[in-house]
Amino acid sequence: MSAKEMTGAKIILQALKDQGVDVVFGLPGGVTLSLYDEIYKQNELQHILVRHEQAAMHAAEGYARSTGRVGVALVTSGPGATNTITGLVDALMDSIPMVCLTGQVPTQLIGNDAFQEADTTGITRQATKHNYLVTKVEDLSRVLHEAFYVARSGRPGPVLVDLPKDVLNGFGLYTGPSKVEHKTYRPQIKGDMKQIEKAVKMLAAAKRPIIYGGGGIINSGPHASQLLAQLVKLSGAPCTLTLMGLGAFPASDKHYVGMPGMHGHYEANMAMHDCDLMLCVGARFDDRVTGRLSDFSPGSKKIHIDIDPSSINKNIVVDVGIVGDVAHVLEDMIKVWKSSQAKTDEKAIKAWWKTIDGWRARKSLDYKNDKKVIKPQYVIERLNALTKDKDIYVTTDVGQHQMWAAQYMAFEKPNHWMTSGGLGTMGYGLPAAMGAQMAHPKSVVATVTSEGSFVMNLQELATCVQYKMPVKVFLLNNGFLGMVRQWQEMFHGERYAESRLDVHPDFVKLAQSFGIKGLRAKKPDQVDSVILEALETDGPVLVDIAIDPMEKVFPMMPAGAAHNEILFGPDDQISRDVDEDDVVLA
Amino acid sequence: MNDMKNEDIRYHTVSVLVDNEAGVLARVIGLFSGRGYNIASLTVAEVDAKQRLSRITVVTSGTPMVIEQIKAQLGRLVPVHTVIDLTIEGPSVERELALVKVAATGEKRVESLRIADIFRARAVDSTNESFVFEIVGATEKLNAFIRLMEPLGLVDIARTGVAAIARGKAGM
Repeated sequence: MSAKEMTGAKIILQALKDQGVDVVFGLPGGVTLSLYDEIYKQNELQHILVRHEQAAMHAAEGYARSTGRVGVALVTSGPGATNTITGLVDALMDSIPMVCLTGQVPTQLIGNDAFQEADTTGITRQATKHNYLVTKVEDLSRVLHEAFYVARSGRPGPVLVDLPKDVLNGFGLYTGPSKVEHKTYRPQIKGDMKQIEKAVKMLAAAKRPIIYGGGGIINSGPHASQLLAQLVKLSGAPCTLTLMGLGAFPASDKHYVGMPGMHGHYEANMAMHDCDLMLCVGARFDDRVTGRLSDFSPGSKKIHIDIDPSSINKNIVVDVGIVGDVAHVLEDMIKVWKSSQAKTDEKAIKAWWKTIDGWRARKSLDYKNDKKVIKPQYVIERLNALTKDKDIYVTTDVGQHQMWAAQYMAFEKPNHWMTSGGLGTMGYGLPAAMGAQMAHPKSVVATVTSEGSFVMNLQELATCVQYKMPVKVFLLNNGFLGMVRQWQEMFHGERYAESRLDVHPDFVKLAQSFGIKGLRAKKPDQVDSVILEALETDGPVLVDIAIDPMEKVFPMMPAGAAHNEILFGPDDQISRDVDEDDVVLA
Repeated sequence: MNDMKNEDIRYHTVSVLVDNEAGVLARVIGLFSGRGYNIASLTVAEVDAKQRLSRITVVTSGTPMVIEQIKAQLGRLVPVHTVIDLTIEGPSVERELALVKVAATGEKRVESLRIADIFRARAVDSTNESFVFEIVGATEKLNAFIRLMEPLGLVDIARTGVAAIARGKAGM
């Protein structure tokens, strides 16, 4: 770079460009004006003006999750920064690489309760993977390049950089990314070969193995998915994928047994329970997956591959822990498998599959369809069928519709499914879809949502219109906070305390007021036509679909239950007394 | 691996070398409070002015599984260089300093001086009615000294918390 001094604002734009950023989601304010002035003067970097800072965060997450690159959000000080907290924690929980730039009052005013001042680095310390307050222009380029490095390395996560106004306006020199090296942060990428050899031996010797994959496979990149498919083939093991891992292994593959956990497939949960070897790949034994810890897969040896050492032995004590990047570890496992000419116990594997096929035959996702009332499962089944030949990216909000989308959409490739898994953030879906759509302008991007979640960020329809993002919103309208209602029905004596949404807008008219197409389906025979019309429409569409308000998500392993204590449907009774602690929506 | 499930709560002294940057202590403390870990004692000071490194020494308690978590969680903080469990990784020297104020006259005053002598504590401040003793040693030694001072007119205590280092020639 030239040794010419430039303003902090210019340094930031240069750093973003050198980091390969092509789009930033943000909303300007008093202290970031000089940065926006620089954005105004150039055309390489596109800025998407959101209508609420939380949406900038989820859009950056959607962009990151659908590309594997670092998403970027830019907001102002004070309320701009505090509005990002939910997005930061969401990205932290789901390991999404992102950089959030926040404006700050001038350094000499920090601590004086200035207008729109907040202790942003203090507030966000536990909400980020790392954060910085830049107090000198000289530190700016180093901090920005470090921020991108930290966000995408190791277990990815959100990094926040707080930028006081005088730092944006001050003059300093720019340093390119190649000259910046972080002092300490060097996550372990390659796994320990001794542990890997041990793991291969155990996998080959297993009579009832299962591969339990998670979001770490997707973070590791598409190559990790290919390697996973190879290992599944070599071992003959069934593969289950968590909510965050959907798409990391093709849903159409016969080795795929569905999603594990609270609303997972029966065969996945039973195989997790009865296996003699569990290979956990980039997942973290979350409570929604394990159920009651004391009864979790009691007879199995467990191997855990994770890039984050603190994930290993956190909830479940494992026999072999391998710290490293999924793709690197799987590659080494496959090499060792081939060079040691490992052989599986074919007879045992065959018998294991016979057992699994028995569980499969119970068809745990079957539901009673209806001719008069639209069943939510039917909507997702149809959406899946009608988009089979398209490159479709799906985002969701949180609740019943999220589980139905996870159950009935079939993903063949990674990076096509975006959902708030760890934090469970209602309002995530629409802005995340905007991020995915900006990254994939030619693909179909659909949001499966429900009225409770959708209204939490519905203002972003304006952003969709302004930037011509043809996001298709499928709103499963049941007039309730559906998952809360389901738990109240099952565990709180059908007392529907504050879960009924008595008043909500006419969503078709709402869509029209934003200048976009609004469609409505009230009968099952209208479902196909509204989906097709939405897909054929050039531009954003909001589809309001009136679903059966009393429908519940099944199968269900109640919180605190074990994998073999699964409820199949509305007629199934809970076989034991449910403890109050078990039914907390936590 | 079953030994890891045992519910024995033990004290561990963990030494953490960190970049001496703004907010680093808050980051470490926030980790402990946010995840519900215990801090029995904590000391922090810069130990390398050139490289701007500080050493944080934490005495914490928990089951073996929790202690393993604490170390892993500390290790993944971005400004952390190394995390060493001095309780597990070979012998170490642990020292703490306390300033102990005792207000007494007559026989009690004489007795406090006598005990201070036995413990090799030094009087660093004196009036006709009081002493401030400085005592250095292991935590248990300090506890014993303070216990003995209690009936003799103990007024105030200031303790530094534990500083610790591995024995032998190797650096951490």
